[in-house]
Amino acid sequence: METTTTTKGYQPMEYKSEEGRLKIFGFWIFLGAEIVLFSTLFATYFVLVNQTAGGPSGKDLFEIHIFATETFLLLTSSFTCGLAILYMRRNSMKGYLIWTIITLLLGLGFLIMEIEEFAMLVEMNAGPTRSAFLSAFFTLVGTHGLHVTLGIFWVIGVMIQVIKRGFTPVTSRKIFMTGLYWHFLDVVWIFLFSTIYLLGVV
Amino acid sequence: MEQHHHSAKPHIIGYIYSLVLTVLAFVVMLYTSLPMSWKITILLVLAVMQLLVQLIYFMHITESEDGVYQVINVAYGIFVAVTVVAGSIWIMIYNTMLV
Repeated sequence: METTTTTKGYQPMEYKSEEGRLKIFGFWIFLGAEIVLFSTLFATYFVLVNQTAGGPSGKDLFEIHIFATETFLLLTSSFTCGLAILYMRRNSMKGYLIWTIITLLLGLGFLIMEIEEFAMLVEMNAGPTRSAFLSAFFTLVGTHGLHVTLGIFWVIGVMIQVIKRGFTPVTSRKIFMTGLYWHFLDVVWIFLFSTIYLLGVV
Repeated sequence: MEQHHHSAKPHIIGYIYSLVLTVLAFVVMLYTSLPMSWKITILLVLAVMQLLVQLIYFMHITESEDGVYQVINVAYGIFVAVTVVAGSIWIMIYNTMLV
């Protein structure tokens, strides 16, 4: 039980007001909807994965070292993002800022790799218009990449607010929600790298 | 108790778990010669374990007073996701067999 974080009666600042608590709950409902959104894109991909129209398949296109590095970057950023929230709860502005900036840099690194990967595929004449398989691939992975992009801007926006206003019940709630979002993006990526990339190259 | 909640330990444990699970997924898929159905099963089990690590160690899904509802909500989202994905694959496989 020593790893539990759920002891009753413990309330970090973001849960102290009814409003804060309900907004966080609302955000979980949004994440539930996001799960469903991504599931439809995954379903489309699996249905179309063999429809390559004589073009390249995942085996020809996916490079292990690229998606392994992407996985490592995003996984580590999920960890550092958790640490940022931990330091917020310790009321340490310095710790929060350091770990948030590291998270952002890791996220940015992931995004740059993904954009380069997409550019490489388009250059190899394996863009989204090449086959149904590639349309589904770009839609799914692109939607995830778009979420990461949005996440980066959101985290930066909240960080600016925190620098201006410090840790208040409102800003700490926002930090916590961006954290949830960021972890969720890693959850989606876990399924992406497993079922799209790893399964694709085998 | 406050001290306990502000410990980095769960995060570090969660990170180690997810690293180990990721490496395992790569090793099983790329460096073993198990039958494909085994590989897929192991891969999915590892992915679900990683999902739980994120939800529990990083996202603290149960810590709010609304923890129970949050779990129910995510569980329902996963149920719909599995139905959509597995259902689509199932229908399409039967469809192509008939052709």
